[in-house]
Amino acid sequence: MTTELLGEPRAAQHDVQTGTLPDGRILGLRCRSCGRPEPLGPSYVCAACFGPLEVAYDLDVVRSTLSRAVIEARPAGIWRYLELLPVAGRPARGLPVGSSPLLSAERLGEAIGIERLLIKDDSRNPTLSFKDRAVAVAVARAVDFGMDTLACASTGNLAGATAAAAAVVGLPAYVFVPADLEPAKIEHALAYGATVVPIQGTYDDVNRLCLEIADERAWGFVNINLRPFYAEGSKTLAFEIAEGLGWRLPDVVVAPIASGAMFTKLARGFDELAAIGLVKRTPVRFVGGQAAGCSPVASAFRSGSDIIEPVRTPDTIVRSLAIGNPAEGRQAVELASSSGGSIEAIPDEATAQAIRRAARLEGIYTETAGGVTIAAAEAARRRGIIRRDDEVVALLTGNGLKTPEAFRFGTQPRPAEPGVAGLAPTIPASFSAFEAWLDR
Amino acid sequence: MSTVRIPPVLRVSTGGEKLVETSGTTVGEVLTTLVAAHPGLGGQLFAADGELNRFMNVFLNDTDIRHLLTLATPVGDLDAIVLLPAMAGGCSTAGCCSIARIPARKGASR
Repeated sequence: MTTELLGEPRAAQHDVQTGTLPDGRILGLRCRSCGRPEPLGPSYVCAACFGPLEVAYDLDVVRSTLSRAVIEARPAGIWRYLELLPVAGRPARGLPVGSSPLLSAERLGEAIGIERLLIKDDSRNPTLSFKDRAVAVAVARAVDFGMDTLACASTGNLAGATAAAAAVVGLPAYVFVPADLEPAKIEHALAYGATVVPIQGTYDDVNRLCLEIADERAWGFVNINLRPFYAEGSKTLAFEIAEGLGWRLPDVVVAPIASGAMFTKLARGFDELAAIGLVKRTPVRFVGGQAAGCSPVASAFRSGSDIIEPVRTPDTIVRSLAIGNPAEGRQAVELASSSGGSIEAIPDEATAQAIRRAARLEGIYTETAGGVTIAAAEAARRRGIIRRDDEVVALLTGNGLKTPEAFRFGTQPRPAEPGVAGLAPTIPASFSAFEAWLDR
Repeated sequence: MSTVRIPPVLRVSTGGEKLVETSGTTVGEVLTTLVAAHPGLGGQLFAADGELNRFMNVFLNDTDIRHLLTLATPVGDLDAIVLLPAMAGGCSTAGCCSIARIPARKGASR
């Protein structure tokens, strides 16, 4: 590590559940492009080259104190991996995020030709999506920085996650969303007391506006000026996968790609675990999924280019992945290519079919991004990127109740009949009426 | 004269000015004129090959110029240009993604 030591903004805390954090584990921020160090703070752009900033750790310091036994002795949740997260200590207040189940999906695996398919069901988080992980870390830092307002630009799941996290720490939240977002996601954020601001335009319009607002107001935009910290929260998915497999890495990880931040942080999470000796460094192929109606990263991958051509007008039911100008697209392409993985573009009909399959074969009701993930696994299997005997972990990142109409997409409504599941007609509350319908 | 909005991280190069009035008939000309007036912006706006810095997104009246004619997009006197970070970029950090750079195993049986 050559980065100049810039240090923590406050002294390390002692916590009865996590022990004393080692001094010097966080070196500061660092430009991902030119390597220039920056002090730890609510900044996200390199002053020299305009490149993105990320958190730099001294992994030697982490290695000296963190072990499998230390982690396993801690309570469930993302703070089990505290030393590898950019916070000063375990937050005093926050939602119980993380430790979602890693489930064997034998029936679904059989349907798509993968013998060892595991599902990381991250819809089990407090606001029903993986965004709780990223927000928990960003909000912890926002509190450290003394910010008095939280905000985000959201395709939906982040709206609820930010609103809920703000409620727990007692801060107001402004949530900016595309005006045509699924109503359930808007209601979800409103329920937590956030101010929801619908914007005419796409997510990319929302994001551009929020960048301008973040430049002028001292608000904590979790995915803009707190982005170096926010992005780190997704690493906990990788930590939990490795721990859930008995401290080893899978052959393949399949995940949805919107901005690409979570996809690339999975690799960083595995890499850090290997660097501190908690897992053996074994190759992992990274397979990503995008909706065909908004697939700038999949298009770049397919054409062998590292230039992301932005999509101006997404056309897909998969709103949570509808980012036409993805922040980490180039990195996602590099990761899929260098690992022997792929990035698949999934038509909406295939996404809906995958949602139905996960629900009907595994009892897991996932939102559209989860449908994209399952369909991407199937597509990669068909093309030989995934082999039948690979151990494959698929990330289902949100709950189907957020996109309640999606599973029907591309199908004709079909009433229930005797022996055929579906919505039956309304009948009188009498046993004879039921018997008559069943026997007709 | 069109107006260019300078993000905070670049304002050190414009003497703290947030809005800079600049002449030019295309986005490229406007930015070149801007750099001539504020040379400190040169290394941040443009790469060594003269292309726009890949971390810089440029918007003309709220539209990404990549959806228009990029640097050749015509600019009128009342137009507003906004410079914003792309928040994206390469993978040049030592150690980043090194798991992925290990060649895939053959067979992958256990």
